[in-house]
Amino acid sequence: MSDVKSENRARFGVPADSMVFARGVRKTYGQLEVLKGVDLDVPEGSVACIIGPSGSGKSTFLRCINHLEKLSGGILLVDSQFVGYDLRGDRLHEVKDDLLCQRRAEIGMLFQSFNLFSHMTVMENLIEAPTQVRRIPIEQAKTEAEVLLRRVGLADKVDRYPRELSGGQQQRVAIARAMAMKPKVLLFDEPTSALDPELVGEVLQVMRDLAESGMTMVVVTHEIGFAREIGDQLVFMDGGVIVERGAPREMIASPQSPRTREFLSRVL
Amino acid sequence: MGVAHPTEIGVEPGAAAAVSRLTVVPQRRYGIWIGTALALLLAFLIIRAFASNPAFAWGTAAGYLFHPSIMRGLGNTLMLTVIIMVLAIVVGTVIAIMRVSPSPVLRGFSGVYVWFFRGVPALIQLIFWFNLSLLVREISLSLPFLGTLFSVRTNDFMTPFFSAVVALSLCEAGYMAEIIRAGIKSVPSGQSEAASALGMPYRMILKRITLPQAMRFVLPPTGNEAINLLKMTSLVTFIAVDDLFYTAQSIYARTFETIPLLIVVAFWYLAVVSIMSVGQHFLERHFGRSDVRRDPLTMRALRNAFNLRGVAR
Repeated sequence: MSDVKSENRARFGVPADSMVFARGVRKTYGQLEVLKGVDLDVPEGSVACIIGPSGSGKSTFLRCINHLEKLSGGILLVDSQFVGYDLRGDRLHEVKDDLLCQRRAEIGMLFQSFNLFSHMTVMENLIEAPTQVRRIPIEQAKTEAEVLLRRVGLADKVDRYPRELSGGQQQRVAIARAMAMKPKVLLFDEPTSALDPELVGEVLQVMRDLAESGMTMVVVTHEIGFAREIGDQLVFMDGGVIVERGAPREMIASPQSPRTREFLSRVL
Repeated sequence: MGVAHPTEIGVEPGAAAAVSRLTVVPQRRYGIWIGTALALLLAFLIIRAFASNPAFAWGTAAGYLFHPSIMRGLGNTLMLTVIIMVLAIVVGTVIAIMRVSPSPVLRGFSGVYVWFFRGVPALIQLIFWFNLSLLVREISLSLPFLGTLFSVRTNDFMTPFFSAVVALSLCEAGYMAEIIRAGIKSVPSGQSEAASALGMPYRMILKRITLPQAMRFVLPPTGNEAINLLKMTSLVTFIAVDDLFYTAQSIYARTFETIPLLIVVAFWYLAVVSIMSVGQHFLERHFGRSDVRRDPLTMRALRNAFNLRGVAR
């Protein structure tokens, strides 16, 4: 296990504290090239925020990290390991589904439309993957779920169905559901874009708490204020490439690329 | 900015009185009145025709209602319906899953299945299976080195009842497959995506996330299919399975009390269909519990009609 990690580190030059490591990530759909070589380093315990106009490939890149989308080229390592492949010599073998699922289970993902299981209560949503995928006893899973729900401030909603909750509450439950798998990293795909303005704050607050507790996070967002306050690095993507990256405060205050400047002037 | 907004709006006493004196005159809907009168007249004529025509022989019909042969026929009809429906749901689910599979071969196979079994009339399929022995004399399983493991003559196991079960379940499975496929398609793709992201494998997602949510969309049309099937089983009369219709026929072939026995048959079909509708309502409520706003108008009417308790939300 750790053998594979140290081998990958030596071979690809992965830093010791790397959680997400991307080099030359490409993705094509037929003729359309959505990602044209993306490099990214997200150290453990840090928060990377990705901004950019729609169609810039930022969501596609995020979905490549947990192999919801197969890469067309380049490499992507999470915790110094490939997610969808096993490296043997110079060949990347696609792994069997059960192994892919095991590795995916360690990467949490949040969606713009929350995607809570609508036929299950909040509690059932939280214990579904731990009990089914990890085979944790139900009672233990419930105890852990209660702790998580208290953390996102929804301990009183255990028996509610998703449709009975506001958007902000649903997204907080979704965060708790992802946390129930004790992931190494959380991916956020525009987590507040579908929310009414007055509900954005409560979700950002939960994300802030997570970041402060040392969770590694990759956040695709339009919330520039959040990126400035919480992000350790800010990445601006456009046309399938990373145009500019840097420390959020400096980059927002004085963007170097004219494209970044133009985008920021439109969203700020 | 320049306009001053009043903080309070005063109402003149005279104007308030004028408002409170107003009354609403309901719209006159003459069309509905005329329609109501015509419907009542029609109902009166039909009831009078039924009651006054001695050929209906209501007394004779009542006498046959619980006749032992009729009861046996009713039992067979119910048994056929249950067995066929269960098999059709199992086969239909498999076909539906093949229909949404990534493999083009599986999709093609299930497509052809649905095309064939929905396209050929049930009666023709039924008679075809009943006459299978004309096509295949015996069915045997032979393996290299082991020789023939078993062999049966087609006529020995293709009894009327068995052919009815095979023919109608394969036919019904074609319809069920389409219903279940539509149900699977109606579940938003975000659901299976979120499950994938949590590390759930494809089969688990299908079993625990997609199919349970599809149930809500699948159940109402499945109830209709079950009701259709109940009536469709009367086709087995053609291959001499003694179902409800067949037993009634064999009685009136002897006694010539055709109309009273058809009334008996119609009564039992109506009775079973009514019971099935109530059962369907409760099933739908069970699977729709995460979506309490869903309450079809017909079900509300039915609930009111039967005054079912414990369903108030």
